[in-house]
Amino acid sequence: MSACSLLAQGLVAGYGERTILDDVSLNVPAGQTTAIVGANACGKSTLLRVLSRLLTPTQGSVLLEGHAIHQLPTRRLAQQLGFLPQSPIAPEGISVLDLVSRGRHPHQGLFKRWSSADEAAVADALAATHLSELAERHVDELSGGQRQRVWIAMALAQQTKVLLLDEPTTFLDINHQVDVLDLLTDLNRQRGTTIVMVLHELNLAARYADRLVAMANGKVYAVGTPEEILTEQMVCEVFGLESRVIEDPVTGKPMMIPLGRHGGIHTANDACSRNKKAPCFE
Amino acid sequence: MQTCSQKPHASHNSSGPASGSSVNRSVALRTKRNAARRLSGGAALFVLLGLAATLSVAFGVREVGWPEIVAALSGQVETIGDAAVSSRLPRTLLAMLAGAALGVSGGVMQGLTRNPLADPGLLGVNAGAALAVVIGIAWFGIDETTSYIWTAIAGAAISACAVYAIASLGQGGATPLRLALAGAAITAALSSLTTAVVLPRGDIGGLVQSWLVGGVGGATYEQLLPVLPFLVTGFVITLLAARKLNMLALGDDTAAGLGEKVAVARAMSAVGAVLLCGPITAVCGPIGFVGLVVPHACRLLAGGDYRWLLPFSALGGAVLLTFSDVAGRLVAHPSELDVGIVTAFVGAPVFIWIVRNRKVGSL
Repeated sequence: MSACSLLAQGLVAGYGERTILDDVSLNVPAGQTTAIVGANACGKSTLLRVLSRLLTPTQGSVLLEGHAIHQLPTRRLAQQLGFLPQSPIAPEGISVLDLVSRGRHPHQGLFKRWSSADEAAVADALAATHLSELAERHVDELSGGQRQRVWIAMALAQQTKVLLLDEPTTFLDINHQVDVLDLLTDLNRQRGTTIVMVLHELNLAARYADRLVAMANGKVYAVGTPEEILTEQMVCEVFGLESRVIEDPVTGKPMMIPLGRHGGIHTANDACSRNKKAPCFE
Repeated sequence: MQTCSQKPHASHNSSGPASGSSVNRSVALRTKRNAARRLSGGAALFVLLGLAATLSVAFGVREVGWPEIVAALSGQVETIGDAAVSSRLPRTLLAMLAGAALGVSGGVMQGLTRNPLADPGLLGVNAGAALAVVIGIAWFGIDETTSYIWTAIAGAAISACAVYAIASLGQGGATPLRLALAGAAITAALSSLTTAVVLPRGDIGGLVQSWLVGGVGGATYEQLLPVLPFLVTGFVITLLAARKLNMLALGDDTAAGLGEKVAVARAMSAVGAVLLCGPITAVCGPIGFVGLVVPHACRLLAGGDYRWLLPFSALGGAVLLTFSDVAGRLVAHPSELDVGIVTAFVGAPVFIWIVRNRKVGSL
């Protein structure tokens, strides 16, 4: 097992009176891709916000390579940990190059001018995301998939060891979803970037992540390899959905097929249909 | 199938050193092109500013010849013409300073709220300054420039804080939309209060009314000097905040992820903006449209980077306000039109044009 990159212990967090995370502990190994999965409103994004320090937990702590992130200076944290929110805002009319260049912010100071290291990092990020040709285009002229690559390029230019992404594939067509996940896998393999992302799509999560974190009711339900986590029982207990899990004929990873009421299989007596008691399914 | 599986492999290989250097080239090219556009735009603004200043000194209710202008510029006040010209000098300076300050504070407020319609008028800042000054005149009998300035800054700061506090209530904090809504509400309330304070006071009605229109006429060096320290501080703070505004433009979460303290960035830019528009409102009265229109127009020249946009807005604001003041003196000859009225006339069509040609640069 590789060294631990992020370590969350006993996290309790929420918004105002509402507690969303209830005693969550998690260990993110360095150099791996971790996907957080779970039903809506079960605390996936909240966990990611606490890990990236956007939200301060009422209890517990997050350690980044042994340092409590809520005590690190903001700029230093941003040099080590990147975060890409679900819907970042691209200023109107900004070019790809300008937007990616803003990823260098934590490496610049008031009196530290744009350096050749900054220049190299931006060129490298553009090349890695296949955006070199589009560098001068306006971001709002690009397709959804290209735009997501621009944001990833910005996070790359930040040159952090850890990158957190909140649903990087939402609102994208399936080809662009695969494109983005391929790209993130490249970064993980070629640069050793530790990636933690919230993903909606279970099968893509199982296919691309080294580890899955399944969350239910603000707690970690289970952590492990896709083979360990993506089981019919997990899908039933976390999502309240009856399914079959088979081996993906292409990758050999587990693949989930939802049954539904019209799948041609009668499931009236199945435990799963009676199991819809979890508070997440309002 | 073939093309589908080809694509990722082909692109894998493209991340070699060759494409890296082509990016470097295109980066250099882009930078050069941007620099050229900024250089020509900046030069044009400087020329326009020089022209505006010359016109502002040369034209007025009294017609003067060039010899008199030259004489007045070298400090002589022998003829009535000389005197007229030398009285136009502080007025011209005030117009340039006011335009620059309003342009910059408008740009800052648009960045701060991520709202293209934000300007010192929208966030309740001008209304707060106006109410404070009116109360000062009506109840405390203030009549010195310095006390006007402090009163206006206090009023602007209080209403800015009130707007921020109201917008921060509830979940999610002071989002741009909430800031704009709270600003509009506070502005409406403060303007009614201002009317309520002035209405029963027939004795100060005329004084307050002429101040509320907004103008630079009758400016003196004695009025101008006390404003300067505030403006200089305001300019320095806003320029230091320019990088932070670049980050805020990406959204609060992204800005925080890039190592920016969002609350500090907001507070710092807001303080700078209040220091710029508070004193100007104190001396000139509330002048609208400059803060709204100028940053938009300057985005066309400077792009969306606030480190360039703010200095450009300063220049553009100075040009617009000085020209507007000259126009106000010419169109209503032999009387004068206050600059606040002219900026509304000039600003509104420009603004409509900008909105209709919405390829305007970034926020």
